[in-house]
Amino acid sequence: MAETPISPAAPPPAAAIRLEAVTKRYRGQAEPAVDALTLEVRPRELLVMVGPSGCGKTTTLRLINRLLDADEGWITVDGEDTASLDPDALRTRIGYVIQQVGLFPHMTVAENVATVPRVLGWDRARIARRAEELLELLGLDPADFGDRFPRELSGGQAQRVGVARAMAADPPILLMDEPFGSLDPITRARLQDELLRIQGSLAKTILLVTHDIDEAIKLGDRIAIVDRGARALQVAAPERVLSDPADDYVREFVGSGAALRRLGLLRVRELEPGHWPALPRAAERHVVRDELIASGRPAALLLDEAGRPWRWVTARELERGGEPGTEPGVPASAELTPAATLHEALDAIVRGGVGAAAAVGDGGALHAIVDLEAIMAAADPSRPSQRTAGGEEAGLVRS
Amino acid sequence: MAAPPAPATVETAPTASSGARRVLAGLALPISLAIVTALLLLWLAAQPLDSIERRQLDLGVLARRLVEHLELTLLSTAIVVALAVALGIALTRPRLRPLAPLGVAVANIGQAVPSIGLLVLIAIVAGIGPDKAILALVAYSFLPILRNTLVGLGGVDRSLIEAGRGMGMSVWQTLRRVELPLAVPVILAGVRTALAINVGTATLATFVDGGGLGDTITAGIRLGRETVLVAGAALTAVLALALDWAAGWIESALRPRGLDP
Ligand SMILES: Nc1ncnc2c1ncn2[C@@H]1O[C@H](COP(=O)(O)OP(=O)(O)OP(=O)(O)O)[C@@H](O)[C@H]1O
Ligand SMILES: [Mg+2]
Repeated sequence: MAETPISPAAPPPAAAIRLEAVTKRYRGQAEPAVDALTLEVRPRELLVMVGPSGCGKTTTLRLINRLLDADEGWITVDGEDTASLDPDALRTRIGYVIQQVGLFPHMTVAENVATVPRVLGWDRARIARRAEELLELLGLDPADFGDRFPRELSGGQAQRVGVARAMAADPPILLMDEPFGSLDPITRARLQDELLRIQGSLAKTILLVTHDIDEAIKLGDRIAIVDRGARALQVAAPERVLSDPADDYVREFVGSGAALRRLGLLRVRELEPGHWPALPRAAERHVVRDELIASGRPAALLLDEAGRPWRWVTARELERGGEPGTEPGVPASAELTPAATLHEALDAIVRGGVGAAAAVGDGGALHAIVDLEAIMAAADPSRPSQRTAGGEEAGLVRS
Repeated sequence: MAAPPAPATVETAPTASSGARRVLAGLALPISLAIVTALLLLWLAAQPLDSIERRQLDLGVLARRLVEHLELTLLSTAIVVALAVALGIALTRPRLRPLAPLGVAVANIGQAVPSIGLLVLIAIVAGIGPDKAILALVAYSFLPILRNTLVGLGGVDRSLIEAGRGMGMSVWQTLRRVELPLAVPVILAGVRTALAINVGTATLATFVDGGGLGDTITAGIRLGRETVLVAGAALTAVLALALDWAAGWIESALRPRGLDP
């Protein structure tokens, strides 16, 4: 290499959790539940482990917090070999959301949340303050829910409390075993959004387990696709798993909807905007018509005085003219934002009926016009990814 | 636009008067027991008594025997609770769990032997006196509490223990804060059974010179004085019902809130 040495690459961040060739065999079982699993969870990332039922996901989590001891291999947490740590002390550092939620039925919501702080011997006032803070963080009014018993909660509320309980002592690491299992799709999506919001501000190291590939794609910074024996087949960013599955098993697991799923990962602001005519509504009719014909598009977007999408008009509607007092064309929806996913954009396009949809920025002014061509171009996996780590949030602020 | 009529809300919270009614219902038994006792005493006072009867039915004597009976019952129950619950806890720990059937089998022997036989056996081996009577009562009422402790602790949802342990609670903390509170209703049901057994069986303590209302009853039989016999039997019955009522009250008071009502 002739070039002058570039600045030395930053050392790879030490893994927050590291499993090295870990094997666990339950007594009386022929196949190991976890078979030589090697996996690394990076600090502050949300890694989702996804695989079919019975493939050893829960076992993996229980090995990490030493509810189980590995038969072979070793596990480190923050660089420390867990085998050398006191299990109880280790567990108070690792939040754990169990698969069955497992709220203590004889304790109130606040008492449930206070479990770990009590173990750690916090004083009463601090525990009470912390419980309130967490319930609020998870969208539960402490005054209403604090004194309820678990049987007085809905499934979604119980799962929120389960997450709050795991986070009570502010552990740097969270293990979450299907934290949103057995919920209806709407509640599930809302809880997922909230987890993303919380993770956006707290940046914990999270290993989350699910058997739902859509959940994995939505939540994961990276996802680990595992098969029987928790064998990791591919560990990569969701984008990568969808566009470039490691093998046929992953391809099958990701399913035939992979292209559509990719739309859920891409954002409107990452699109090449389509070239559609957009003119102020005060423009002369023939000007609009000429532009429309020149563009070769089926419709033009008229903007109001503030530059907000107003109505879509076609050439025919312009020619026919309108009876006095009626507006030409159809109202333009202005629901789409640059942060919307292409999934949502596609939905807006199909609903709008003109083959395109207007995306609006702050204040409702037109940001870009999105059409099918742009979506298809972005979703084409043969094109290099436009999604860059970190750039997304910056883009949101700027747009 | 006309607003749709707001749906009428139905008030289902218990009203004050229904709460008061519940308290009255709870007090029905002790009140009727007090009435029965008062009637018994009035009846005794109205009887023409000879000197033997008067000695046996002296209020001081009756009260002493009642207290002895209560002591036998409560002491033996307290001891059996401590021992059987401790053994039950030990036998539900993972390492000792295989021994649980053995524990139940041994406790079963205590209950399978007829109570009077057990008492005599203990008297032959260890001698007589109230402490020997208590020993017999303990052996005799061990099984229900041991069995209910095993059932109660065994019935605690594994995932709750897993949740506790997984969050860093020690084995001891998990037992104290999760397993025992959840097993309390079942264990207390066993305690109530043991109490009922002991208050009845304590009448046999008289045969090993253990005191109690059994003294009054046997005196009534031995001396052929029916009033004495009736007084002893009635007081035993009143005591048994009162204790069972108190145990039921404690049972519901100690039942953790949050479990199904
Ligand atoms: N305590 C146990 N004793 C024996 N075998 C067990 C035990 N727990 C789990 N297994 C077995 O180990 C394998 C992995 O179980 P695990 O619970 O880790 O699966 P999972 O991926 O979490 O499944 P799910 O998605 O259904 O929760 C399964 O075949 C299961 O039957
Ligand atoms: Mg599982």
